[in-house]
Amino acid sequence: MLSITNLHARIADEGREILKGLSLEVRPGEVHAIMGPNGAGKSTLSYILAGKDDYEVTEGEVRLDGDDLLTLSPDQRAARGLFLAFQYPVEIPGVANMTFLKTAVNAQRKARGEGEISTPDLMRLVREKAALLKIDPDMLKRAVNVGFSGGEKKRNDILQMAVLAPKICILDETDSGLDIDALRIVADGVNALRSPDRAFIIITHYQRLLDYIKPDVVHVLSNGRIVRSGGPELALELEAKGYAEFADAAA
Amino acid sequence: MTSHSVLKTPAEVTLARQFEEAVGDLPGTVAVRDLREAAFARFAAKGLPHRRVEEWKYTDLKARIAEAAPLAVRTSATALAEVAARPREIDGAIRLFVVDGTFHPEISDLAGLPEGLSIAALADVLDAGREDVLAVLTGLDIAKEDAALALNTAFLRDGVVIDVADGAAIAAPVEIVHVVTPAHAVSVHSRVVVILGTGAKLGLVERFVSGDAGHQRSEVLQVITGDGAELDHAAIKSDDRAALGLSTLTATLGSNAKLASFGLNSSGDLSRRQFFVRFDGDHAALNLSGANLLSERMHSDVTLVVEHVGLAGVSRELYRYVIDGEASGVFQGKVIVRPGAQKTDGRMASNALLLSDTAEMANKPELEIYADDVACGHGATCGAIDETPVFYLMSRGLPRADAEALLIRSFVGEVVDGVAIGALEPAADAVRQGLDAAIDVWLAGRSLGVAHSHQTKGRA
Repeated sequence: MLSITNLHARIADEGREILKGLSLEVRPGEVHAIMGPNGAGKSTLSYILAGKDDYEVTEGEVRLDGDDLLTLSPDQRAARGLFLAFQYPVEIPGVANMTFLKTAVNAQRKARGEGEISTPDLMRLVREKAALLKIDPDMLKRAVNVGFSGGEKKRNDILQMAVLAPKICILDETDSGLDIDALRIVADGVNALRSPDRAFIIITHYQRLLDYIKPDVVHVLSNGRIVRSGGPELALELEAKGYAEFADAAA
Repeated sequence: MTSHSVLKTPAEVTLARQFEEAVGDLPGTVAVRDLREAAFARFAAKGLPHRRVEEWKYTDLKARIAEAAPLAVRTSATALAEVAARPREIDGAIRLFVVDGTFHPEISDLAGLPEGLSIAALADVLDAGREDVLAVLTGLDIAKEDAALALNTAFLRDGVVIDVADGAAIAAPVEIVHVVTPAHAVSVHSRVVVILGTGAKLGLVERFVSGDAGHQRSEVLQVITGDGAELDHAAIKSDDRAALGLSTLTATLGSNAKLASFGLNSSGDLSRRQFFVRFDGDHAALNLSGANLLSERMHSDVTLVVEHVGLAGVSRELYRYVIDGEASGVFQGKVIVRPGAQKTDGRMASNALLLSDTAEMANKPELEIYADDVACGHGATCGAIDETPVFYLMSRGLPRADAEALLIRSFVGEVVDGVAIGALEPAADAVRQGLDAAIDVWLAGRSLGVAHSHQTKGRA
């Protein structure tokens, strides 16, 4: 489904190389966890996949269902089924959550050549998903993420994911800033979305989230490359030993 | 008469000639005539304002007006019939037409006015010499030196006088549509006077409409509120392609009076909206706000002077500018707190979103405070569209143009959402829909240039 081959990328303004030959193969239904120390390139990877233009890919390729992802704009990637849950979801004052969801759903449908969703259908869908994520219906009327707590913002991002029903979901440090209850709600929301034709890349610094969202594969990202891959037990090993040996291995 | 020796530019020379030719035929008693002579003398002493006149520093009329257009004459019957056939924008509003500077009662809604509301043609009131109206026309000290107001007074011919009796709350909003009809350039000077009795309430919408023949328009709204009176005003300039639009609002607020005035400006080449407001009574409240959507080479200037004399006045000024192309915006806000005006609470802000490298914004907030127990503040911001929310919205599937449009809407939303409260509440839906539609039109007009303007972006 998502195929990353020998990806090299740098920050466009500075020229500093962040990704140094990263390869990753994600198949439908799989959950991949990418763990690594600060500065390893975890967030850079998520931004490059989503299409943020602060980065420049110098080598390698990324394909989604065989199509070259890197030539597409962020909105085109979204319409093809790629979703990024942000480490810091952005506040959009003056735009009601429900209006925003409708705009996003219809923009993606339009890009795929589908008709608009009816307002009652959308409301039903949003309410159902919101209930699952324990999102107060009142939050749907409020401006996107404005005045939301850290946990509410993360849940709101997962709500967008649930409503947009993407093929490949990337969660960038979704656990950061969450207390244990919020973490469980978010994890339940993600688990509810797991399906044989949907894949996840969970980017995290800590093992904690993986207690709730069980990965199929765990990768260690260090110094811009995946230096080790394994089963869920690798996450526990990292939690016990830390990242020090991988930092050395990559250097 | 004052010598016209400072009137040297072709426009100034034409204005002097127009005044001399017209003054004999303009309506009004001797007192009105004195008023207009004095006003023209004040204008003639200094000529058109230019960049060395502080209040006009960023809108140099002397340089920008090459020639004064001929004075508008009486509208043709065909043109008037066309105006009268205009679809209604606000159901249930009392609609009045000022066409080419003349109030036309025959096509306005004057039948069955609600009790407490009277509407008259300004020309008739000038001929009758109503003293309270003359006092309003004389104006405020803070506006005395203003050239645009002086010229409007000099050429005063017609307009509307609205009276609301003590205690009358008029449920239906009054909508004044100011239309300029000729296919060739004309200049128009008109005036609306609103006198609100004690505890009176009125909602007023003004709409400015004209084609792009190079018209020069000058419209003045003068308001006097009795104690506890309320006026909620919205001025909509989204279909006005005049070359020059000068609009002035002067207001005197009684105790516990409330005035709210919102302005949308998304059309016209050169526009200046100016406000002179005096808090006469205690505990009065003023809320001035506006949204300016500017593209191509549009220039939009909002200049306001708010004078607190009474105790514990509350003033709020919030203006938003979205500036694209080679357009420019100006905000000059001066709040004066006189020695007795203790407990004044003033807050003023101007925020601009610059969408192109050639867009310009000049902000000049000023506070002059002579009382020691007041809370006054101002803030001005200018910036490009933030790429972080643009990326967030695009990552959810919105194409860049849609993402930017949503953010622009959200930026002006804060001021637009505050419109149509109080006495305009009954017309809230129609007013907001009209504003939304105007914003859509502006955004659609700009989307053609979007692809190009983004080449220059790439900041984090």
